[in-house]
Formats: sequence, structure tokens, C-alpha cells
Amino acid sequence: MRNSLFIIIIVLLAASCKKDNYAAPGTSFKGRIICQGEAVNVSQGEVFFELWESGWGKRTPVNVAIAQDGSFSSLLFDGNYQLVLPKGQGPYLTLPDAASHTDTMLLQLKGDRTMDIAVLPYYMIRNAKASANGRQVTTNCKLDKIITDTRAKNVERITLYVNRTQFVDGINNIATQSINGGDIQDPGNITLQVNVPAVNPAQSSVFVRVGVKIEGVEDMIFSPVIEQKL
Amino acid sequence: MRTYGFYILLMLTLFGCAKSNDDFLNRAPSNILLDEQVWKDEVLVLSVIANLYDRYPDYQTIENWSEFATFDEAFASEFGQYGRHKNQQYGYGAWGFWDYGYIRELNLFIEKCSKANLLKPETRDRFLAEARFLRANVYFELVKRMGGVPLVLEPLTYDYKGDPSALQRPRQKESEIYDFVIKEMDAVMPALPDDANIKSRATKGLVLATKARAALYAASIAKYGATTPQVSLPGGEVGIPASMADGYYKTALAATQQLINSGKYALYNKKPDNLSENFAALFYDKGGNPEVIFVKDFKLQSGKVQEWTLANQPRSLAEEQQGGRLNPSLNLVQSFEKLDNTFAPYATNAAGGDYIYYDKPEDMFAGRDARLAGTVILPGTEFKSKKVDIWAGYILKDGSIVTANNFGGQAVVGGNRIQVVGFDGPIDNLEFSAQTGFYVRKYQDPAVGSGRIGTKSEVWWVRYRYAEVLLNAAEAAFELGDKSTAAGYLNQVRARAGLTVPLTPAEITFDRIVHERKVELAFEGHQLWDMKRWRLAHVIWDGLSTDLTTHPENARSTSTRVFGLLPYRIYNPGSPQDGKWVFKKVLPSNVTSAHQFRLGNYYSFIGDDIRNNNPLVIKNPNQ
Repeated sequence: MRNSLFIIIIVLLAASCKKDNYAAPGTSFKGRIICQGEAVNVSQGEVFFELWESGWGKRTPVNVAIAQDGSFSSLLFDGNYQLVLPKGQGPYLTLPDAASHTDTMLLQLKGDRTMDIAVLPYYMIRNAKASANGRQVTTNCKLDKIITDTRAKNVERITLYVNRTQFVDGINNIATQSINGGDIQDPGNITLQVNVPAVNPAQSSVFVRVGVKIEGVEDMIFSPVIEQKL
Repeated sequence: MRTYGFYILLMLTLFGCAKSNDDFLNRAPSNILLDEQVWKDEVLVLSVIANLYDRYPDYQTIENWSEFATFDEAFASEFGQYGRHKNQQYGYGAWGFWDYGYIRELNLFIEKCSKANLLKPETRDRFLAEARFLRANVYFELVKRMGGVPLVLEPLTYDYKGDPSALQRPRQKESEIYDFVIKEMDAVMPALPDDANIKSRATKGLVLATKARAALYAASIAKYGATTPQVSLPGGEVGIPASMADGYYKTALAATQQLINSGKYALYNKKPDNLSENFAALFYDKGGNPEVIFVKDFKLQSGKVQEWTLANQPRSLAEEQQGGRLNPSLNLVQSFEKLDNTFAPYATNAAGGDYIYYDKPEDMFAGRDARLAGTVILPGTEFKSKKVDIWAGYILKDGSIVTANNFGGQAVVGGNRIQVVGFDGPIDNLEFSAQTGFYVRKYQDPAVGSGRIGTKSEVWWVRYRYAEVLLNAAEAAFELGDKSTAAGYLNQVRARAGLTVPLTPAEITFDRIVHERKVELAFEGHQLWDMKRWRLAHVIWDGLSTDLTTHPENARSTSTRVFGLLPYRIYNPGSPQDGKWVFKKVLPSNVTSAHQFRLGNYYSFIGDDIRNNNPLVIKNPNQ
């Protein structure tokens, strides 16, 4: 008797669980922030864009954070979204949407979707290469000015960052070396060197990348992360 | 038969209820007071306005010690607060404020008070002026934190007809809110008493001080906002045009001079023999204090007491098994200049790399601005007439360090078991120990029992004081190009701190003004607003793990992590250095991240719920 009561309770509990749950969002929306087909690398989680879906009582955006390699991915419900790159977010200018001629892009999600978002960064760091001599890491890269008209901005500094994990930026680093914007002789050939301090526990390689800080812009643009053997 | 009886009884009961008397359902409540009861009695109105005074908004206060560790003034030596030094970025919503409930109650008070004919006219006018002051002050607080906000000056009531759009107001321009605050201060001044002995209610002096502060904030946002054009909105809800700067500076200077020339207030100078003690007493002396303009007051055994001393008393002298929470940073401590008006970081090592040896730990801090020892409890100094015990361990002949991991811990040194660390620490990662080598002194109450849970402290929280008015005057005069006037005001504040060599007008720079406010007003809740209005916050808290600056006099020196300075004793019998003191600069192990103040932090995030309810409210920039 007691046992069957127990079983009935379990069954009732299990049944009630099932009934009022929503399905989890299952549509994947992913892609990259790109310029001329190349991903714009930024600081991990520092830059985001907003997805708005109208038709609900309250309007609150879904913020999608951009990873350090310029990629993003988000699990959503199917529906019609408006994608907005907020002003002042990210080291780039946004291109007006071809269809709406505003900063808002209409995004229809019906099943998984991969889409790259084109933006106009102030600069791009190209051909970043790294080498090591003992614990001294040397990088070489080219700084490409993308915006050259009246909206152009100067370089504040260009910095080499080294970290022990794959997340490398202004906050996550163990060694840095900078050149101020005014001291750059040849933007086509910028070399930076830094001594990597001993890390405990020791590792055979470190992660390196070069970032450019633009005057009056908060977020930095980076090169892709390079894993450098020491 | 029985049923009949029941019905008759029931009818009698109901009849009895309904009949009894007409006001059975209309009885005066005994647990609340009605408007007509309140608005004829001065004492009751006073308790209404007291409640409104009590809700005066503050960000960093002595009732919330840990907020002082948010930036670079101090380290939070408590387990639950170490996270303050491990986070990198401040949330966009940090220090946000949106209290329209309070504004509605102030508006209701103003509406009812202006109709209260049963009060004496001068009493009523004073209450009215106080409520208008409080309302203007809330708007000042809102504009500091959020930028321009909707200006609601009457109690709004919803009619429940399904359309709230009549209640929705757009954000005003940032400058319009400042203009409102300044205008209101002029309007309420005549009805307020001109009495410097009133500290916890609005007075003429307070109104002038508020007007000056508001005008100065607006002026510096206009002037220095030009350096961060991204921090603005096209409609002016955030950002003030640079052309308006001079006008606001003039308003600020005029208001401060009116207050200064009234002669009602003066710098606190009751203990001229010991200027550090004098500076500390300025905050806890509640008897005839000439400097204090406006406070939040506390009273023992009334239920209205504060826990600052309980939270921060030196651990070795503590009256409970706690204290020592707020540890001023070396960043702040090294900002106090030397008595010859020059700056220098503390010398720990000689040129050759060897330590510099001091006979007593307090010798390290000798010859500095008297406000240093008035703001910070330094190693080797006293609190409540007892010496604190701050030292981190012994350094042996071979350079190795002997220390322990509990208060006053012992270890074997040279064959004897002796105490090897102070009863106040510093012990890294041990809460309540002076992990930076310092404890806070400002606002600590020297009264017996102030550190007991059962007693606590009645030291007041000073919101406006005369020294700030002088500094505001100096800044406004400096920005208007009148350096000699600026020097005159600045030197008054400095002379009280023992800096007797006056600064010449040529020595007055922007960096001097910034520095003077930093050391005079530390732990008084000014730092964030100052750094915001000068648009320096994103410069000094830039998120990079830079070392402690060697240029504390430079307003743009970064200060993203809090450092400490630990005293050690030398154990080397037979050598001349035995028993002497050396110092080591350290980064507490819980300080793992550098603070980053982003451009989006200049004006706090206005919540999605607020913007959903009122779509006319637009978002702040860079968020």
C-alpha cells in the first residue's frame, strides 16, 4: 500500500514536470565579424551586438558577445530578429544595412544559420608572425589603415601581448611591449620584442598577439592568436 | 423549532451589526495619521520631513565601508569583499540610481505643505524650502550618475484607463538638470535659517555649498567633456557644450565666495598643537564644529548608530573579534606630499639595492602632510591612546623572512620562540589584518565602546564641509584664470594640514587641484564623481596591470591596482642594523586584476525595465 502510494506520487511528479516546460532554444546563429573577408579580432567578450525580437510585452535585447577571434554563436528560437551593432561598441564603424539603410539588420531565423557581419574597422593587423629566441619573443606585422577619409583616426599605440593561456588581450597577459603611434616608422613592417617571464608551472609555449589601440576608441583590434614555442 | 431559533439569532446578529451606529465602517484608523492630522502639527510634519531627510541618497558612506574599496583608495580586508580586487570591469549598471518613488513623495510633501494653512507661515515656508532642497538634491544625484533625467515636479497619478503615456516624460538635457538644481537653490534660500549650528537640516550655508558644487560639476563636464566626445548624446541628455563652462564656473565661484564671505563657517582648528589629531577630530567632534555644514547624524542608544569603527578598528585594539576591514592603499598614502610641497614615493631601497634602515616604523612617514596621519593609521602610531602593532615579520641576516600566519604569531628566531608578526598583521590573505600595512583613521570614533556590537558609534557622516567649499572656490577661480585667488583658497586648506610654505599662483595647476582634493577628501565619497566630471576615470583606471606610479602628483597617473607597504624588523644580532625597520612594497595576493573604467561607465545604465515602461527614455552612450 505504502509502496503504491509512493509510485503514484512519483508518477504525478514526473507528469507535472513534463507538461509546463518550454523547449530550449535550439536554433544556432553563428558567424564572424569580418572586414574584406577577414575576421576582426577583438578582446574576448568585450564587444557585443544586440538582437531584438518584437512582439513580446517587454523589449529587452539578447546581447551576443563576440569572442576574441571575431566569431560569435548564439542559441535562439526561430523568429524574426533585428540585429543592431550598438554605437560606440567595438573598434569599428558599422556599415548601413543594404536593405533597411539604417543600423538595423533584419534577421530571419528558420533553422540554423551562419552569417558573417561586415563592419568597417579603423585598422587591420595583417601578416602577424612570431618567433622566439630563448625566452625572447619577437613579432612582426603590418598595420593596414582601412578608414582613410575624414572619419580616420590615429593610432595611439601598438602593443604585443603574451599570455600563458589562449586568451590574450589588454587584461589577460603576463608580458607586454608597446610602441606609441607617433613612433611607428613603417606601418608595413612593425617589429615588437618582449622577454617572457618564467611561469609556474613551466610551459613549453606561450600565446602571443598584437593589438592596436586607436585614439578615442575604447576597444582594440588584434591579430589572430599565435601559439609560440619557446 | 431549532431552525427557527437559529434564524432568529442570525437575524438579530445581522441587525445588531448594521444598526449599531453610522460610523462603524468609518472609524478613524489608530495605526496611521491622516493628512488633516499631520498638516496642523509642526512636530508631526517634522517627523515626515525627517523621513525624507533619511532617504537622502549617498554612494560611498561610513555606513557602507566596502564601497570605499571599489577604486584605488583602499583594500577590502574581508573574505566576502576580496572580489572587489579580482574584477576587471565595472558593470554598466554600477552606482546607478533611479528613485522616482522618493521624488513622488517629495512632490506630495511639497503639494500638501503649500496648502497647509494651519501651520505658522514661517514654519511652513521652512518645511517647503527643505523639501524643495531635498528634491533638487535628488536630481543632482540623478544627473551625477545617469545624466539628464525626466524632470517631474508634481505628483503624477495614473488614472487606470490603460494609457500611461500622459505620465511619460523624456530625459532633459544634462545642463537643464544642473540649471534646475542651481535655480532651486536660489529659490529656497530666503526661507532657510542662516545658522551654522544647524548641521542636520538645510541651511543657507548648505544651499550655497550645494549650488557651488552643482555648478562646478556642470562646468567641469562642459570643459573636460570636450576631451571625450564619445561620451555624449546628440540630444544633450549626456554632455554639456564647452561654451557653457565659463558661466558655470562663475556661478560656482560666486556661490562659494558668498558662503566664505558670510563668515559663518571656518576651518576646524581646535587642536593646533597636533595637526593630524586636529584633522581626525574634525570628523568626530560634534560639539560646536565650525567646519561642518551638513551631516547625516547618529545618536547612541537611539537605534540610529553606525558601524564604521566596529568594522575598521585596528584588530589589536579591537573591542570585538573583528575590525580592520578597510586598508588604505599605498597609492593613496604616497599621494600625501612632503612638507616642502614636493612629492616622493616612499624610499624603501637605496640606490645599491640594499634596504634603507629606519629606527622606528613611523620615521618612514615623518615630514609629510599632517592629513596623512589624520586619514590613515600608520605603523607605529596610536589609536585610542594605544599603539597599533603593524609589522609583517623579521628579516634575518641572510635576507630570509620569518613570519607567521596568525595575529601576533610566534616562531623560533635565533633559538628563542618570539612574536614574529604584529597583532594587526599584515598577514596576506588574513581578513581584518592590515594587508596593505595601513588602517583607515578618518571617521573612526575614539570613544570607548564605539567598536562594540552592543554600542557602536554616533560619529556623523559629513556631506558638506567648509574645506570642500574652499577647494571648490579654488578650482573655479583657477579655471577662470584667476590663479592668485585660487592660491589663496588652496593655501588656507593646506596651512591647516601643516603645509606652511604657501603655493605661489604660478604653482597652481590642474594637477595640484586634483591632488589636493584627493588627499583632503579621501574616504568622503568624492573620488568617483570627481574623476567622472574631469573625464579622468578612464585614464587612471585603464585596465592595464601597470606598476605603482612614481608620480603621484600627476593627475593622469594610472592607479588600477591597490598596493601595500609592509614594515619588517631586522634580526641580525651584533650588526648595527639589528632591530631597525625596513619596508617592502607589495601587491596583496588578492589583488589579481586591474580596474577598467570603460567609457560606458561614465553614465550608468538605465535599466531595460525603465526604458520599457517609458520608451521616451533613451539609453546612455557606449553601453
